[in-house]
Amino acid sequence: MSDTNTILKAEGVFKSYRMGQSDVKVLKGANLSIEQGQFVGIIGASGSGKSTLLHILGALDRPDSGIVSYKERDLNRESTGRLNRFRNETIGFVFQFYHLLDELNVLENVLLPKMAGCSAFGWLVCRSAAKKRAKGLLEEFGLGERIGHKPYQLSGGERQRVAIARALMNEPEVLLADEPTGNLDSETGNGILEVLRRLHDTGQTVVMVTHDDKVAEWAGRVIKLVDGMVEEQAWT
Amino acid sequence: MYKFKLALRYLLRRKISYFAIAAVALCVFVVFIVITIVAGITVNFKGKVYNSIGDCVIHTKSLVGFGHYEEFIEQLQNEPYVYAAAPLVKNYAMVSVDQETKEIAGIEPVSFSKVTGFADWIEYHKGDVGNVFQPTYDVNLPGCVPGIGCYFRRNEDGGYDTPEQLRQIALEFNCIPLNAKGAMSRLGAGDFSSKTFYYSDHFRAGYSLDWKRIFLPLEEAQLLCGMGGPDKRVTHIHIKFNEGIGLEEGTSKVKEIWGKYLEQKKGVINYKLLENVQVDSWKNFSKAVVAMAETQQTMIIICFFLIGIITAFIVLVVFYMVVSHKSKDIGILKSVGAGQVSILSLFLSFGFMIGVLGSAIGALIGWPFIVYINEIFDFFNIQLWDKRYSSILVVPNEIDPKVLSVIIISAIGACLLGALLPSWRAARMKCVDTLQVTQL
Ligand SMILES: Nc1ncnc2c1ncn2[C@@H]1O[C@H](COP(=O)(O)OP(=O)(O)O)[C@@H](O)[C@H]1O
Ligand SMILES: [Mg+2]
Repeated sequence: MSDTNTILKAEGVFKSYRMGQSDVKVLKGANLSIEQGQFVGIIGASGSGKSTLLHILGALDRPDSGIVSYKERDLNRESTGRLNRFRNETIGFVFQFYHLLDELNVLENVLLPKMAGCSAFGWLVCRSAAKKRAKGLLEEFGLGERIGHKPYQLSGGERQRVAIARALMNEPEVLLADEPTGNLDSETGNGILEVLRRLHDTGQTVVMVTHDDKVAEWAGRVIKLVDGMVEEQAWT
Repeated sequence: MYKFKLALRYLLRRKISYFAIAAVALCVFVVFIVITIVAGITVNFKGKVYNSIGDCVIHTKSLVGFGHYEEFIEQLQNEPYVYAAAPLVKNYAMVSVDQETKEIAGIEPVSFSKVTGFADWIEYHKGDVGNVFQPTYDVNLPGCVPGIGCYFRRNEDGGYDTPEQLRQIALEFNCIPLNAKGAMSRLGAGDFSSKTFYYSDHFRAGYSLDWKRIFLPLEEAQLLCGMGGPDKRVTHIHIKFNEGIGLEEGTSKVKEIWGKYLEQKKGVINYKLLENVQVDSWKNFSKAVVAMAETQQTMIIICFFLIGIITAFIVLVVFYMVVSHKSKDIGILKSVGAGQVSILSLFLSFGFMIGVLGSAIGALIGWPFIVYINEIFDFFNIQLWDKRYSSILVVPNEIDPKVLSVIIISAIGACLLGALLPSWRAARMKCVDTLQVTQL
C-alpha cells in the first residue's frame, strides 16, 4: 500500500458525547486509512461508534481530537463553507433509513446534491445535463419508470436505490454507506449490496458500515470497531 | 433553486402552513379595512374643515377685530399665488325664538364662496350665491343663512326634513356691540343692538358648523357688532391659494407681506388692533379639532400595528413547529453539502411565500369588502351609529393603494421576521443526531 493512494485517513481520532453529567467516550484514538478504489466494511456492535466514525470521515461531524484528512488535506482546518463543498462534491452518503425528502419526487431527490451545489444561475446552465445524468443513474438502478413518484410510493429497496443514485449524483470520490441494508429483508438487501459491489468494480471507493458480519463479507476489506479503536479483520 | 422548490413544497404539503397563511390573510384584511375607514374618516373630516376655511387665515382672537382690512385684501388679490381672499366677521348673538346663543359670521357671499365651499352648501340659491341673503318670498327683507341643523331636525338617515319651499321665518338677533377699544359701545337700556333677519336659505357644511353658525351679510354683521362706520373692522380674512402653491409656502408669503403691511401702517388709527393679528395655515388655525382627529388616527394605526406583531408571532410558532418536524430534512440537506446560508434562505423563502400569499388573499378579500362595505351593511341592516348625531353618513371606502402596499410590505416583513429566528435555529442545527439511528 503506497501512501499516495490513500484517499481518506483518520489518525488518532477521539470523539465523545455528553450524556447528562458524564461523557460517553465513543472513539478513543481510531486510526484508519482508506485507499482509492477499496470496498471497506466497518463492523462492530451496536453503539460501538460506527456511525460516528463514518460521519467524521464524511466531514458531517468534527472529531474532538485527531486528524482526518482527505488526500493529505487536513479537514480539521477547513472552513465550514469548504467542508460543505467537500461533502457536496467528494462524498456521497447513504443512510439506513434512506433519508429521502418526502416533498420531492424521485428525480428531484437525485438532483438535490447538484442543486445544492450550484447557484440559481449555475443551475439554469447545468440543469439539462444534470437531469440527464440523474435519469441515467435511475435507469441503471431499474427505476427509470419511477422518476415522477414520491418516496412514499416506493418500496424500501427502491428507496435505497434512489438514495444511492442521489449519493452518486455528483460523482463523489467516496461513497459512505451507513447500514444500507439495515432496514431491508435479506433478498432486497443483497440487491443493494450487488449495486455497491458493481460500483466498486467500476473503481468507486465505498465505505460501508454494518453490524452484520454476513453483509460485511461483501466488502473486500473488513475492519472492526472495538472499544473505540479500529482492528483490521480481513482482506480478500 | 431547490430552496424555492422545497419551500413551495413545504408550503403546500404542510397543513400548518395554511394556518399561517390564514393568520396573515386575516390580519391584512382587518388592518386594511380599519386603516382605510379611519383614514377615510379623518380625510373626510379634514376636508370639511378645510372647505369651510380655505388655505390660510388672517385672524384675531379678539371679538373687537381689526381694521384696514380692505386695503390689505386688495393687496392680497394682486399677489400671484393668491386665488381669492374674503373678509369675515365672527361674533356671537342671542337669537330668537328661544334666545339661543349662535355664532354669527358676516360674509360677502361671492368672495367667501371663492375661498370656501359655501356655494355648494346652500340649498335654495344654488348657482346664485350672490343673492343668498335675499329671501325668495320677499327679496327686500334682510336675509340670514343658518346652518341646517339650527332649525331642522335630523331624520334617521342623517338627512334633514326641509320644506320644498322656503317659509318666512323671522329671527331676531341680539348682539353686544364693542367699540375699537373693546368697551361696550352703548350703555344703558339699549345695551344690545338688535335686528330681525329673515330665513333666506340654510347651509350644510357637514360638521358641527351646521348646528351653531348663522351667516349674515358682512355689513349687517359689522353694524350688529359695532364694527361698522368709517373704520370698519373684521375678525378674519380667509385666503385661498392658486393651484400648485404649497400650504406652508403660501402661508409664509402671506406672513411676510402682512409684516410689511404692519410696518407701513404704523401710527394709523387703531393700529394696536393690527398687532394682535395672526397669520395661520388652515391646519394650524383648526389645530384643536384636526389634531384630535389625527391623534385618533395615529392611535388606531398603532393599535393595529400590534396586530402585526401577533401575526409575526403566529408565523414564528408555525415555523418552530415546521423546523422541528423538518430537522431530518435539514440533516439530509447538510449531508449533501447545503450550507447554513442555504438552509436559512430556504426557510426564509418559505416565510416570504407565506407572507406574499397571506397578504394577497387578505387584500383580495378586503378590497371588494371595502368597496361594498356600505351595501353590505345595508343588506344586513346593520346600523353602526346613529346618523342623527353624526357628521359621517356613510362608511368611507376610498382605497389608498399606497396604504395597501405599506400594509402588504409590512405583513411580508412580519412574516420574514417571524421566520427569522426558527430559520436561524434550523441553519445552526447539529443534525448528525437526526440522521443517526442508534437502535440495532
Ligand atoms: N448526538 C449524540 N449525542 C449523544 N450521544 C450520541 C450521539 N450520537 C451517538 N451517541 C452515542 O454514541 C455511541 C455511538 O453511537 P453510533 O456511532 O451511532 O454507534 P453505531 O453506529 O455503531 O451503532 C452510542 O452510545 C450513542 O448513544
Ligand atoms: Mg449506526
